[in-house]
Amino acid sequence: MSAGSRLGLATAPFVRAGLSTRRLMGELLLATLPVVVVAARTFGLAAILLVLASSAGAVLAERLLQRGDERYGTLLDGSGLLTGVLLALTLPPSLPLWMAFLGGAVAIALGKAIWGGLGGNLFNPALVGRAFLQAAFPTALTTWQPPGGSFFSLPSGTLALPFTGAVDAVTSATPLALSKFDQQLTGLDALMLGDRAGCLGETNGLVLLLVGAFLLARRAFDWRLPFSTLLSVAAFSGLLHLWRPDSAPPPGFMLLAGGLLFGAVFMVTDPVTTPITPKGAWIFGLGVGLLVVLIRLWGGLVEGVMYAILLMNAATPLINRWTQPRVFGG
Amino acid sequence: MSALLERLRSFRHGVHPDDRKEATCSLAVERMPFVDELVLPLSQHLGKPSLPIVAQGQRVERGELIAEPDGFLSTALHAPASGTVAAIEPRPHPSGRRLPAVVLSVDPYSSQRLVQHGEPITEGLPAEEVVRRIQMSGLVGLGGAAFPSHVKLSVPEGKRVRFVIVNGCECEPFLTCDHRVMVENAKGVLRGLRLIMKQVGAERGYVGVESNKPDAIEALRAAIGEGEPIEVVPLKVKYPQGAEKMLIDAVLKQEVPAGRLPLDLEIVVNNAATTAVLAEVFESGTPLLERVVTVSGSGVRRPANLLVPLGTPVRAVLEHCGGLRDETRQLILGGPMMGQAQKSPDVPVLKGCSGILAFTEPATLIHEDPCIRCGRCLEACPMFLNPSRLALLSRADDAEGLRAQGIANCFECASCSFVCPSHIPLVQLMRVGKALARKSK
Repeated sequence: MSAGSRLGLATAPFVRAGLSTRRLMGELLLATLPVVVVAARTFGLAAILLVLASSAGAVLAERLLQRGDERYGTLLDGSGLLTGVLLALTLPPSLPLWMAFLGGAVAIALGKAIWGGLGGNLFNPALVGRAFLQAAFPTALTTWQPPGGSFFSLPSGTLALPFTGAVDAVTSATPLALSKFDQQLTGLDALMLGDRAGCLGETNGLVLLLVGAFLLARRAFDWRLPFSTLLSVAAFSGLLHLWRPDSAPPPGFMLLAGGLLFGAVFMVTDPVTTPITPKGAWIFGLGVGLLVVLIRLWGGLVEGVMYAILLMNAATPLINRWTQPRVFGG
Repeated sequence: MSALLERLRSFRHGVHPDDRKEATCSLAVERMPFVDELVLPLSQHLGKPSLPIVAQGQRVERGELIAEPDGFLSTALHAPASGTVAAIEPRPHPSGRRLPAVVLSVDPYSSQRLVQHGEPITEGLPAEEVVRRIQMSGLVGLGGAAFPSHVKLSVPEGKRVRFVIVNGCECEPFLTCDHRVMVENAKGVLRGLRLIMKQVGAERGYVGVESNKPDAIEALRAAIGEGEPIEVVPLKVKYPQGAEKMLIDAVLKQEVPAGRLPLDLEIVVNNAATTAVLAEVFESGTPLLERVVTVSGSGVRRPANLLVPLGTPVRAVLEHCGGLRDETRQLILGGPMMGQAQKSPDVPVLKGCSGILAFTEPATLIHEDPCIRCGRCLEACPMFLNPSRLALLSRADDAEGLRAQGIANCFECASCSFVCPSHIPLVQLMRVGKALARKSK
């Protein structure tokens, strides 16, 4: 009974659920693994190199910009690495590695560090990196390597030195481009199983659905965000398809083509840049879905998921303010 | 089987801590012997401290009044054992302060037979007299908040009560004292409920019990008479269901309006153990002299449910349970969600002390990460507040913003801190924020 002097004086609660940001990031990183493996199977070694290059850029930027104080001591929590991996999975397989590296660094620098680090950023960091790359290298970002080919054969641009030459690769059109410009619909089986051109992480709908189900079961994100996003795309594109079946593709195609599923599982589920309130989550998903459909069908761009999410990110503080919860008994 | 098929009721939001009750939930309550010295702080209830009516050196008998209530929101205090008043002086109090206490030197040769000092509450007494006698019994809510019982049972002019709910949730992990009282004295709990219903004129009574206490549910159901307007309601296991407003939401699907009391919905809620003691107060006039305490946790050698005389030092209770393990690093009075850490076991067991928990692992100060706005605290908060936002406002000393966001509704259940993956000290920030919002009104 001499323990008196060694008794701790914390305040309640003395038990906790055992969650941590590091664990949450680890779970998300784990969830990207099958997507990376499938990307490597579809596009070969280049996919793995792109993931490594982008992650290296992100982690290096995180390390250099770390201010050493508590608020930005996030190197070990895995969030920077996660940004790098997620960015790579939104890139085309023939992209030069140096661009992926630069994109990763910009994602962290402009997407996170200047906002004060983890939790402070308004926009999804990985998508900031991608938007930067799209603005800086529009051709490289819209050059699509067809799937298949041997594992070790790299696209000609992959190892290009920085700022040298134009990308010169065998190109192919993505399902969304085929639909938009040639009124040619890719079959749902090809969309589900990855046999199509596109960004590294978006081509296999089945894997994305499985990974999404895993994260949902682990309660890694607010289910309302991906659910409302997909529901919104299905509803708006469904209505348009009923109205003009010739120019508006059916909702099944709209859900599986492009980066929508990837965005629904990995981007709209980012807690930092999406509304914190349950009602806000519904509004956010609704907005993303509407913008995706609008951009895809009437915008100058083929794909609209990235800008739809970034625009809704910008609206998030306002949505939070509008949708503060009703107090119990109030 | 029928219990399995019932759809369990509950409140909305809340959290699911591991209940950890297995160490003591099937241990019968045993009586803790009297120790040499009892320390009885004059403040062990919510309200004004009691006024001592004894002097140093005075002989008192077990059950004798030693302090009177000071006004209506205050209560009486009795000698839990026969002996001599050794001193009336400030002593360490579980709140961390030194507060005035009557120190009683227990007579080792006394039989500790209970002398009849109170009067039973018979039928036909006017309501005010009943309330006065309950106040003079020193009874307070034994669930932890220690709110004087007579205040709850006095229905103001023009108000009426339709429903009485006995709170048998015991949603704090580790604690099993109410559980054991419901199992071992189910009849007493129901007698108390009937008496409350009669006193306040209620038409229906409920006992809300979480489904992790099937033996209590069974015992209570067996004690209900044929056709009686009383129902045992099994509830889903969830914290903080024992909070008055949450329990009302769970049992009757009614939301007590913000800033109002259950009485405004014609409801009275009373803790299960308190209800059992109340039956004795009515039937024999016995004042509150002892209470059941759960002693548990990894630092306790022999976990137990003990009937402890009030004022017994925590150190003595722990010694009765085989002493603390040497590696003990955390001592808590109450439950692990809302209890208070103690720096020493030299504090007395008070009326509101439901548990003495000792742990070999200290609740370490975990590194705090930035908020990632995951929203888990919003989904945990039983009062539907936005703890993440309130924490920011609290840090910014924004009293106006805190009030606008409803900080006053927070009752510090700590569910937000429990779930936060960034380990932000949310409930502490709520406490600071509440004080700030009150002060600068």
